[in-house]
Amino acid sequence: MERTEYNLIIIGGGPAGLAAAVAAYDAGERSILILERETRLGGILNQCIHNGFGLHTFQEELTGPEYAQRFIDKVLERGIEYKLDTMVMSIGQGEDGSKEVMAVNEADGLLLLKARALILAMGCRERSRGALNIPGFRPAGIFSAGTAQRLVNIEGYLPGRRVVILGSGDIGLIMARRMTLEGAKVLVCAELMPYSGGLKRNIVQCLDDFGIPLKLSHTVVRIEGKERVEGVVIAQVGPDRKPIPGTEEHYDCDTLLLSVGLLPENELTIGLGAEISRITNGPVVNESLETSVPGVFAAGNVLHVHDLVDYVSEEAHLAGERAAEYITACKDAMCAPPEKEKQIPVAFSGGIRYTVPCTIDPDKIGDWLKIRFRVGDVMTQRKVVLCLDSEPVLVKKRRVMAPGEMEELVLTRKVLAAHPDLSSIEIRIEEDKA
Amino acid sequence: MNTVNLTCIGCPLGCQIEVLMDDDKNIRLITGNTCPRGEKYARKEVTAPTRIVTSSVRVYGSRQGERMVSLKTASDIPKEKIMDVIRDLRGVSVPCPVRIGDVLLHNIAGTGVDMIATKDVD
Ligand code: SF4
Repeated sequence: MERTEYNLIIIGGGPAGLAAAVAAYDAGERSILILERETRLGGILNQCIHNGFGLHTFQEELTGPEYAQRFIDKVLERGIEYKLDTMVMSIGQGEDGSKEVMAVNEADGLLLLKARALILAMGCRERSRGALNIPGFRPAGIFSAGTAQRLVNIEGYLPGRRVVILGSGDIGLIMARRMTLEGAKVLVCAELMPYSGGLKRNIVQCLDDFGIPLKLSHTVVRIEGKERVEGVVIAQVGPDRKPIPGTEEHYDCDTLLLSVGLLPENELTIGLGAEISRITNGPVVNESLETSVPGVFAAGNVLHVHDLVDYVSEEAHLAGERAAEYITACKDAMCAPPEKEKQIPVAFSGGIRYTVPCTIDPDKIGDWLKIRFRVGDVMTQRKVVLCLDSEPVLVKKRRVMAPGEMEELVLTRKVLAAHPDLSSIEIRIEEDKA
Repeated sequence: MNTVNLTCIGCPLGCQIEVLMDDDKNIRLITGNTCPRGEKYARKEVTAPTRIVTSSVRVYGSRQGERMVSLKTASDIPKEKIMDVIRDLRGVSVPCPVRIGDVLLHNIAGTGVDMIATKDVD
């Protein structure tokens, strides 16, 4: 009889799931199961064969598969159980407070699993073209950048010869270089916004190195071709992001790659009934990265889209530790006894779009807690001010902030200790006149 | 004299740096950088730019059904050699199993640098 009860089930075997599993194990938890829908652990890192991963975590530059393998090795060394090719269909709560997971795979058929705690680590997916409304037919030759990446790096074939890229997200930039190296001609990368969402390093090493133009404030207004893409028309957009008539330019191409953003993948989370943030599309979490459903934690791109995998690993480490603590508090029951809530919302202003976590219980912070956030626009000469009960306790000068770069503030136990009856936490961005 | 325009990749500010060079390729003036890191970056980029090259090649005999294995140059190579490296990888196919760090090709494109596997494939 297959085992069906675990203390901790982790949904997703990518960077977040792997780091969470290792941290939970190292915190003393031994009953862990990772569920992964692909045929190998590592998630999206397996197709990210470029380098630049791990500078923060390992102080060296690794490629995606190498970074993944470091964590896979840790999971294997610890003998943590995992199931591949396993698709989770739904998650829910039992009457005894247990978490129920329904999954399927070829070997076991339908799996009904129970756990005391869950960690959501499903990652994200790419925004699709449907969400973008480009006029024209739906010919072959339109791919998301991630799909193209998979085709080239995993399947081993080139999806097109003459390429236009819409969106300057990092995957799109990486694929501009990759397809050029594989012999395709990348004609242009068009970005709707007046700035790129991608890392500077990728703009230089993936576009500039190969003379590929980046057209900011431009978008695709028409796709030509019925069976296969035959060309696209790009136009400049005004401050209202609407195309400016008369600026159209035609490109003969057979392929259009879309790199227009990522969305946390939260169908399971919504099915569970956990509260979802309308800004991040990820669950609302507290300082322990616990969702509104006690005992269900989240980390990585399922929570909010990260630009560096190192931060995913770090975040997932915290989720793993906190899940292990939760399980300890369960004792013999299937869930932990309800606690007196002392959650303080993290208020923010001055151009911040969201923070993770959304609420903080000051008693539950270890030595420090990282508050991560993103801004909604490019800003220069600013300072980030953290206030506890309206008193500024931390000021961080930022010469430049951009939506594409995640920001962080470290709230320490020491700073908190000076505010024993804390009732408000606020992060503000202000102009730095000095 | 000629000028080279660069974007510094040292931090998100992405300063636009201008390097003025004389006809003997000596650097005469570096402007536009906000901090010394930018100057260092610009010097390297105009005199001896290097890159790590990553790619993937076919594997055969994979029990896992994998078709490709990813690989990289074991260290930086001169930027102008990127396309030569890629050319030497065309048509290459390697037998399984492959371990991360295995040397798959020696002295790629005469750079003196080996291509090593970045993925385990069984
Ligand atoms: S010059 Fe200095 S401030 Fe400017 S982008 Fe480079 S590292 Fe950043």
